[in-house]
Amino acid sequence: MKLKTAILATSAIAMMSGTAVAKDMTIVSWGGAYQSSQKKAYAEPYAADHSDINIIWDESSNEAVAKLRAMNEAGNITWDLVDVVASDAIRLCDEGLALEIDPDEDLAAAPDGTSAADDFGDLLVSECFIPQIVYSTTFGYRSDIEAWNGKEPETVCDVFDTETFPGKRSLEKRPINNMEWALLCDGVAKDEVYDVLETEEGQERAFAKLDTIKDDVIWWSAGAETPQLLADKEVVIGSTYNGRLFSLIEEQDQPVKMLWDAQVFDLDGWIIPAGLPEDRLAAVKDFVKFATDTQRLADQAKYISYGPARASSAPLVGKHADLGIEMAPHMPTDPANAKNTFLYNYEWWADYRDDLDAKFQAWLSQ
Amino acid sequence: MSETADQLLTTKDGKPLKAALAKALRRDKLRALALIAPLLIFVLLTFVAPIVDMLFRSVENDIVSETLPRTVIELQDWDAESGVVPGDATYNALHYDLMIAAEKKKHTQLGTRLNYEETGISSAFRKTGRRVDDFGEGYTDQFVALNEAWEAPATWVDLLASPDWVKSQATWAAGDQKATAEPSFVINDTARKALPQTSEIYGAFARTIQVEDQDSPTEEEPWNAVYSALYEDLTANPAAADAFSGANEALLSEAAAAVATFTPVDIKALFVKADKDWGEPSIWQTIKTFAPAYTSGYFLNSVDAQLTADGVQMKPEDERIYLFLFGRTLMLSMAITISCLLLGYPIAFLLAHLPLRTSNLLMILVLLPFWTSLLVRTSAWKVLLQQQGVINDFLVWIGVISDAGRLVMINNQTGTIIAMTHILLPFMILPLFSVMKTISPNYVRAAKSLGATNWTAFWRVYFPQSVPGIGAGAVLAFILSIGYYITPELVGGTSGIFISNRIAYHISSSLNWGLAAALGTMLLAAVMILFLVYDRIVGIDNVKLG
Amino acid sequence: MSSLPPYASTGQRVWHYSYLAICAAIFFFLIFPIIVILPLSFNAENFFTFTPAMLALDPEGYSLKHYYDFFTNPDWQQALKNSVMIAPVATILATSFGTLAAIGLSQSHVPYKPAIMAVLISPMIVPLIISAAGMYFFYSRIGLQGTYWGVVMAHAALGTPFVIITVTATLVGFDRSLVRAAANLGANPVTTFFKIQMPLIVPGVVSGALFAFITSFDEVVVVLFLGSAAQKTLPWQMFTGLREQISPTILAVASLMVAISIVLLTILELLRRRSERLRGLSPG
Repeated sequence: MKLKTAILATSAIAMMSGTAVAKDMTIVSWGGAYQSSQKKAYAEPYAADHSDINIIWDESSNEAVAKLRAMNEAGNITWDLVDVVASDAIRLCDEGLALEIDPDEDLAAAPDGTSAADDFGDLLVSECFIPQIVYSTTFGYRSDIEAWNGKEPETVCDVFDTETFPGKRSLEKRPINNMEWALLCDGVAKDEVYDVLETEEGQERAFAKLDTIKDDVIWWSAGAETPQLLADKEVVIGSTYNGRLFSLIEEQDQPVKMLWDAQVFDLDGWIIPAGLPEDRLAAVKDFVKFATDTQRLADQAKYISYGPARASSAPLVGKHADLGIEMAPHMPTDPANAKNTFLYNYEWWADYRDDLDAKFQAWLSQ
Repeated sequence: MSETADQLLTTKDGKPLKAALAKALRRDKLRALALIAPLLIFVLLTFVAPIVDMLFRSVENDIVSETLPRTVIELQDWDAESGVVPGDATYNALHYDLMIAAEKKKHTQLGTRLNYEETGISSAFRKTGRRVDDFGEGYTDQFVALNEAWEAPATWVDLLASPDWVKSQATWAAGDQKATAEPSFVINDTARKALPQTSEIYGAFARTIQVEDQDSPTEEEPWNAVYSALYEDLTANPAAADAFSGANEALLSEAAAAVATFTPVDIKALFVKADKDWGEPSIWQTIKTFAPAYTSGYFLNSVDAQLTADGVQMKPEDERIYLFLFGRTLMLSMAITISCLLLGYPIAFLLAHLPLRTSNLLMILVLLPFWTSLLVRTSAWKVLLQQQGVINDFLVWIGVISDAGRLVMINNQTGTIIAMTHILLPFMILPLFSVMKTISPNYVRAAKSLGATNWTAFWRVYFPQSVPGIGAGAVLAFILSIGYYITPELVGGTSGIFISNRIAYHISSSLNWGLAAALGTMLLAAVMILFLVYDRIVGIDNVKLG
Repeated sequence: MSSLPPYASTGQRVWHYSYLAICAAIFFFLIFPIIVILPLSFNAENFFTFTPAMLALDPEGYSLKHYYDFFTNPDWQQALKNSVMIAPVATILATSFGTLAAIGLSQSHVPYKPAIMAVLISPMIVPLIISAAGMYFFYSRIGLQGTYWGVVMAHAALGTPFVIITVTATLVGFDRSLVRAAANLGANPVTTFFKIQMPLIVPGVVSGALFAFITSFDEVVVVLFLGSAAQKTLPWQMFTGLREQISPTILAVASLMVAISIVLLTILELLRRRSERLRGLSPG
């Protein structure tokens, strides 16, 4: 009852004030180059036709789940649209903190008429999730290490080979991805990784493999760290998001190369918080429909090397906005890069995350 | 008293002096309190209340009993030690609880909560929540096959709604439906007595769709679980129809006669099919263990123990981390405090004995880092300490170390100690300085004139007088250091992180807020004890800052 | 300590000079990390590294682009604006409440003084992460999370202990006979307060206010939890800058902040000298 009154009151105010006063829309994203690619590809063209919307950017995606939960407890949702990784979207959807969407109604169809649901395909991993990009966590290595005697890493297992490739490595300070890579390099077949990891012995096996390089690892927790460490020569090889490495190699011109082997695909996209008043919901749905259409997703690839989530956007990916180089070969989804990829199992990690994280932290501190 | 009044000292206006003094004292006290009150209230509201509120989260656990009320009651009689799963009644109770929870999207929150205690529960709840609305479908089909009226929302409203609600609902439906929400659904008394389970589940259904989806029970077909409840009610009480009249009675007697021939649905089998864990006693043990509204579970977790059906047990070796981290936080803080003292004492001594103008200039060198952003100082240490950093480069350049033998000074405990010492050093110097300023030079002079060497005069005369400063600075540095979070995060690597980092992790990443609160409470308790020690040594009102 | 007597032995001389050398080394330790960031803020590259060009003192290796970025980038300007909006208000709140309370606490008869003092000092003592978490949950519940006033009140609470400590310190050194003398000469308590006490505690109030200001201006943990985009302060922008995209703009900001700190510290020092002159202590 209160809710409806509030909705009516706000829409009445909105009607009275007309379009003269710009409405604020708070969009939450990751900051940095990624957020600026979203600004350029989505927000600026949108603002050109919608002077009544004033977009405020928040850089809290890292804490999005916690903050949305707190907002929900308080019953005061201040965000309109939130950029999260797929696993967080699933969590938010599960907890009822994100709005379920109907792809065919809420999202634009492809130019050739393919429905949004088909265009996004398997990437719609949750009923609340509106995918934008495919990114991958993969390795970059310095190409000027003399101690390697001209050899260069070719497979992910070279990360574990400190004989041939001496030097420090950087890995993310969490079990996800690292455990999988360790098992893959310990001889486990790709499709059995999670079955093995589910057992005590499998976990011990992964830790034992990681133990072999533990002394050579610098652990990172923010995406900007590996590029900085590589640029400083603090590490010779390190994992991070492929877009960060692209920027390091192409924009900053550092002697670093990509190692695409066993790159782990992940998705990033929007969720709309549950419980928005109707007028804000309508505004944000309008924005999302625009921002996730085929052209906009392809445009984003002009600024950052993440693959658009729509099949129909792929052919439209062009050149980098400033550097003028073709972006397609830098996409994680490019056939040359995607020869050997690994799929991250969201469901499995939702269950084992707490448990393995405790073990991982205990292992780290030993 | 009155008889001796004339013997008492009195003030000019004849009041007893004692009373006048007491009154003056009271006025003094009141005036002091009135001055303090605004800040005290402000700090209590903006600072103390939030902390007390957070501490409460470390024991709060009503999510289990709120989400699964029926199941929790059923489980009371189940013997957790028995090694067998509970009976069908518990599965039925869970079916209803989970159905309601899934519609409100509460089941995954509960799953996440219980997953802290036993890995795998999260997915059991998630998977089952996705299928639970089909569990009663077998009954729905059989009721509808028996009489199509069971499919119509109106049948249910007619059977179960209270006449008052029907009236107010009709009034609402006739008016402007958008202006107000539909009146909240109410069950009639007849149904409540004759068909208890059905009434309860249908009531939950009606209120859930009203609140969550703004739908009306007059337009929606009930959940399958309602049919399942009706089946059970009618099986338990075949004469239920007698309580009703007219069409309802006929409908119910027909159904009551038919249920005996219905094919029963095996709810338990459906649960086990949704997730095999439901066939194991362990998941039930966990639910039962964590059913109470308050739990010691988070506190046990924070000391590497866990609550199981068999009582409190230590966690497996490879998952123990918090006691170790508490220990490390204390050890590192102690190391930091000691290095602060070693570096701070000579500086404070110098500053206290230089002419004021010089010492004030040098004091700026102490205060400048104090006022430079913590983040910037930490990043500066990164630039200095890393293997390709300024210090290593310098050492290689002057030939102290070889290029291959560069020192590892960051992303480990050394990095944390160096950076934190730098950050906390002013907190050591300032109290030391203010104590040393008050030490009269006469004692040292007297000692020297009595033949003491410089060292003896310092060690036996000066140093003991500076101990209060050492105490103050050390406790302050120690208290501040055990709560640090950002610096260890940025330069500590894996061996230099503190318990605060885990608290932050549990707040923003794992969302295990109860555990974060429990760890925070433990840390706070440690700080409070130190605070008392500090109070004993220097008195809280003697803290000085430059 | 300042100088050696002429009769000092060689051993004493050696000790004296090595002691001064140790002190110099410690001062160097204190100040070096701050000096290091200055040249890096003129780095022509986008990393926190001394490039070969910089070490060769090649002008190519240096640039003002990070300063330019700070003054032109709307994110940084907005953050600066927010910091300037939040810190002074938090300072005023903390200083006015704190000064009143310090005067109250310095009265001769204060009931429950230790308990009250413990509560009032607690924001300085409780680990920040705990304060931040507690405020985050609690302010969310009462709708203050993500609001301007939420951040201001949290920062004011964190700043009050500094005001209490500094003002109490000036009051401790305060000579009570001055008040009695004023009363003797016929001044009422209010006049006494404004004419006698106030001028003497002003330096304490100002230095407390500066501490409270810097507490708010440099605070990152609480604002990260409590703030929303509209309250993004400079330290928050620096923190995301460090996490998400390491850029020497942070160092440019830091260098500017160091410059401001030096100015503030000089003001403090001048005020302190004034206070001592007023109290009749020789400035030494």
